[in-house]
Amino acid sequence: MNEEVIVSGRMNQMVDPHLHIWHWQISLYLFLGGMAAGILAIAAVYYIRGRENDYKTAVRLTPFLTPFLLVIGLLALFIDLRHKLFFWQLYTNIKLQSPMSWGAWTLMVITPVSFIWCALHIRDIFPSWDWKFKWLWALDEFFNKYKKALAWVMLIYAIILGIYTGILLSAFNARPLWNTSILGPLFLASGLSAGAAATLLLSKNEAERKQFARIDLVMIGIELFLIVHMFMGFLASTQVQIEAANLFLGGQYTMSFWIFVVALGLVIPAILEIMELGRYHIPVLVPAVLVLFGSLMLRFIIVYAGQVSRWLY
Amino acid sequence: MRYAMAVDTRKCVGCSDCVVACQTENNVPIGYCRDWIVEVTDGTYPQLEMEIRSERCNQCVNAPCVRCCPTGASHFADGGIVLVTQTECIGCGACIASCPYDARYPHPDGYVDKCTFCIHRIKNGMKPACVDVCPTKCLYFGDLDDPNSDVSVVLRKRKYKTLIPEAGTKPQLYFLI
Repeated sequence: MNEEVIVSGRMNQMVDPHLHIWHWQISLYLFLGGMAAGILAIAAVYYIRGRENDYKTAVRLTPFLTPFLLVIGLLALFIDLRHKLFFWQLYTNIKLQSPMSWGAWTLMVITPVSFIWCALHIRDIFPSWDWKFKWLWALDEFFNKYKKALAWVMLIYAIILGIYTGILLSAFNARPLWNTSILGPLFLASGLSAGAAATLLLSKNEAERKQFARIDLVMIGIELFLIVHMFMGFLASTQVQIEAANLFLGGQYTMSFWIFVVALGLVIPAILEIMELGRYHIPVLVPAVLVLFGSLMLRFIIVYAGQVSRWLY
Repeated sequence: MRYAMAVDTRKCVGCSDCVVACQTENNVPIGYCRDWIVEVTDGTYPQLEMEIRSERCNQCVNAPCVRCCPTGASHFADGGIVLVTQTECIGCGACIASCPYDARYPHPDGYVDKCTFCIHRIKNGMKPACVDVCPTKCLYFGDLDDPNSDVSVVLRKRKYKTLIPEAGTKPQLYFLI
């Protein structure tokens, strides 16, 4: 028998009895940021490939969600800070080794880009929109002229944003559950899937809906593949990572992970989308909402479970 | 210069004097601590073995908390001591999540706080408060680059271990066994 006890009664808030420094704010932000990244990346790809008339919703309408998603996400991050008045320190430093520094600077680029992208398409939604001021019209003209370059910037930064939401966690070797490089691609795939689901919800065009159901299916396939590989990696690794995997394989997060993330968030929407692509007519709301829910739950469960996992100590 | 500390697990009786001395010296808010005592019991009665450790920040050479800090508030000071600049810390908690030893905590004033090896005392030629106060003299402090420092001498003479060396942090808190 081996028993380790802190006999001096260490009860540091948010650290003991196990780490709980990050709460819903981080999970919510990872979800919103990932979803915004997915929407913007898809819009940029279809614009660059000249398919904006085929996928009008994805290129022109769905991106209108992203300024809201990003601003709410940023607000959540701000609420999470404990030394709020010093938040500007993020923007007086560039730390290449710190994922959070990368994230802060990426958001600094992608948030204005999302606003500009929406501004360029606002007349598709409100045809009588008038910028009122000459300089705003001039700006509109300027960005329209360089829209392709803007789309490339948007694509690159959207992908960085999507991957970084995972790397933010995977950079911590102190939390064995997070310490897997699979989290980057997994969160990117989950964000792209959520982005596709948003277009699926908003699109009124049958052909576009079919296409986005297909994109979503591919992403769900990739996510399932990555999840399987994540567990294979854990179980073939050291004792600490085996214990981390066991949180989901019989441990306290087993039910929530396999039911909310895998069953409700991935498998059932995939089946519904396959049926939709076949002969059956499925209300599109159901798979799309399930995908968004699963994507949100994935962030919550990984963020919370990761803080329970630790070195054997 | 490379500051380090050695803890003699065979002399430590777990009295928690170091914990109280630190809280007093560094004005640690009530309910928090920068150092703590771990008691490990091995075996089954009557074959029992016990190890008592006074633990604190390991002042790692490869410190994940410094690496992941987005503002540079967590940094290496003279002698490799890991410090937090309070006015640069945004309280994001990344360093707390990154520490395999859970040695950091969020100070109620918002910034992140941790053991400083009592750098304010070292600069004045004194030893950290925990070392000075220890009634069994089980804590050794000093500069590893100085072969005559207390810590260098004792590490030459005794067997020791570090905590979770496999985490790759190169901890500088040595436990004499």
